[in-house]
Amino acid sequence: MINAFFLSSTIKHGVLLVGALIVLVPFYMMVSYSFKSPGEIERNTGGFFGSQELMVDERCVKLQDPNKDEVIALRPRFPGLDDDGVRKAFMAEVEQDCSMIPVVFNYSKAFSQAPLLRYLLNGVIVTVSIFLIQIVVALPAAFALSKLRFWGRETVFTMVILGLLIPVHAIALPLYIMLAKVELINTYAALIVPWTISVFGIFLMRQFFMTVPDDLIDAARMDGMSEYAIVWRVMLPTAIPALLAFAIFSVVAHWNDYFWPRIVITGDRSLFTPPLGLREFKGDADGSFYGPMMATATVIVTPLIVAFLLAQKRFIEGITLTGMK
Amino acid sequence: MGSIHLKNIFKSFGPTRVLKNVSLEINDGEFTALVGPSGCGKSTLLRILAGLEDLDNGTVSIDGRDVSGVRASDRNLSMVFQSYALYPHLTVRENIAVPLRMRQLNPSQRLPLIGSMITPATAKKEITDKINTATDMLDIGHLLDRKPGQLSGGQRQRVALGRALVRDPEAFLLDEPLSNLDAKLRVQTRAEITQLHRQLDATFVYVTHDQVEAMTMADRIAVMMDGEILQYDTPENIYSKPASIHVAEFIGSPKINIFPVELISPDQGTRFQIGVRPEYLKQKNGKFRLKAVISHLENLGPEIQVQFTLPGIDTLFHTRLDPKSAGSLTIGSTTQFGFDEVDCHLFNDRGVRLSPHKTRQFFKTLNDST
Repeated sequence: MINAFFLSSTIKHGVLLVGALIVLVPFYMMVSYSFKSPGEIERNTGGFFGSQELMVDERCVKLQDPNKDEVIALRPRFPGLDDDGVRKAFMAEVEQDCSMIPVVFNYSKAFSQAPLLRYLLNGVIVTVSIFLIQIVVALPAAFALSKLRFWGRETVFTMVILGLLIPVHAIALPLYIMLAKVELINTYAALIVPWTISVFGIFLMRQFFMTVPDDLIDAARMDGMSEYAIVWRVMLPTAIPALLAFAIFSVVAHWNDYFWPRIVITGDRSLFTPPLGLREFKGDADGSFYGPMMATATVIVTPLIVAFLLAQKRFIEGITLTGMK
Repeated sequence: MGSIHLKNIFKSFGPTRVLKNVSLEINDGEFTALVGPSGCGKSTLLRILAGLEDLDNGTVSIDGRDVSGVRASDRNLSMVFQSYALYPHLTVRENIAVPLRMRQLNPSQRLPLIGSMITPATAKKEITDKINTATDMLDIGHLLDRKPGQLSGGQRQRVALGRALVRDPEAFLLDEPLSNLDAKLRVQTRAEITQLHRQLDATFVYVTHDQVEAMTMADRIAVMMDGEILQYDTPENIYSKPASIHVAEFIGSPKINIFPVELISPDQGTRFQIGVRPEYLKQKNGKFRLKAVISHLENLGPEIQVQFTLPGIDTLFHTRLDPKSAGSLTIGSTTQFGFDEVDCHLFNDRGVRLSPHKTRQFFKTLNDST
């Protein structure tokens, strides 16, 4: 018996381990590449951290290669050398200036090659706006669907559930056309407006509100609150755990979204969200930009991972909540 | 302050008719209990009065003003709920402050953070004073900074009372406020609520399924059954002059004994029902004697509750005896229980109480025939 138990739990854990590896390996690669020099990435050497030996940034060197006039201007700095000698001596200096350890190279490139801070700011503006407007819409809707009696309530709720079934990609084109007609393409509004009504949010909050006792709402009415006051003063504070769970779902989805920003932001780079920023490193012919690219990716996912770790308990509460009748 | 007048109230939930033509008049300062078995519509009636439930037909007036279409928040009534319904995210102090803040401050003063800065100090002080008065009255001053989750059931109940009486409503509505308390606390709180009523001199409407609460606390009791008010009277009258068998059976514990009788006059037989409260059945005493078989005995200390059957009748009857006199009784033994004319309630075959005149007539005929 014990052996059979041991065997089955070994198999179970083995399967789980393989699953965990499949999920974790890309992250491992991402973080590891963001530490390594291009050479190490190409040769696949150096372990996780790479050897962190000084490397020379070829581009940096190339950009500072002096032309004839500059060489003439440099002559006073290197007395007693001919022009070729001056250039060589100067290039040696430049090479030294352009040398740095790979991790610094990758992360500084991530921030200098593309305006990553701007992208991060855009990401914050977009995700926070989406989340706040989603709450403004979802809470009253969920309150009405769970606690108010009105004609057609069940029909409306069925429509909400149906709304859950419609994939974004199916309606992306009509949405794009509509936004184009009102000339909102390449604005923050294009990034935010289509997401402001979250059927998932309405559904999640409705399920949570079902568990709030009716007496509490009646008590609020007796205390002189209007229905809107009840939503914001009573339902909102009691729904904090559910809201946090929803916040994580919403923020993760929109922070990481590549599809929609890629469609509606066609030119203006100042509106790029972080995932769009990754494209800056793509398609470089020399292929030496994996390091900075992975550094960018790491920078993009770090806020989410930190937020998740901080709110992990709530997040899991929220997931179990969705399964609750 | 608040007299309440409910007139011809009808209410259905789908096909279920919950209230059928209910009318009720409650005087200013009166303590009225709505009592009845569960599902009789008493809570629905209270909720209609509060404005939490729409009515299908009828009018509700408070202090002479028709409030039938008025929202609950605009009726100026206070309510205590069975579940207490305290705001879980607010401290006791904030809970009690809510009704004051909602009514005395304007929307901008109620805003979080900024609101407190623009609220005039006098308004703040007024609220604090009222909270202190209410909490002193209920002796919960030491709990003010706790959240409801940190309170016991009895403490929560007090906070709920505090939230209700912190302002000056037309009337207090209480929906089974004691049913979540343990027996000892219930008796204690019962007395306290009655005391509060005397102190405040306000109109109280109290819903309960517990006849003891109704009998001990109320000035007047409305006994409800199946969506109708069967009797609305003082506790004394409800007990000693029940309008029907249903009222007689509902009020009083153990239940009143109902003996079916048939008066056979020369031309026809007429069925009656005689009701005798258990305490008026005497062992081997009284004018009318019944042969009884003891089926169960319960010794409560000061008294013994006896269940017995009568030959030929399936139902159980009850009486209460002094332990001294009942000492010889054992289960299965036979004895006699008797009662006198004055202790009888006479009902006709439909369960309606007969007038004193008709009752006298009945006993006259009965005496003549025996």
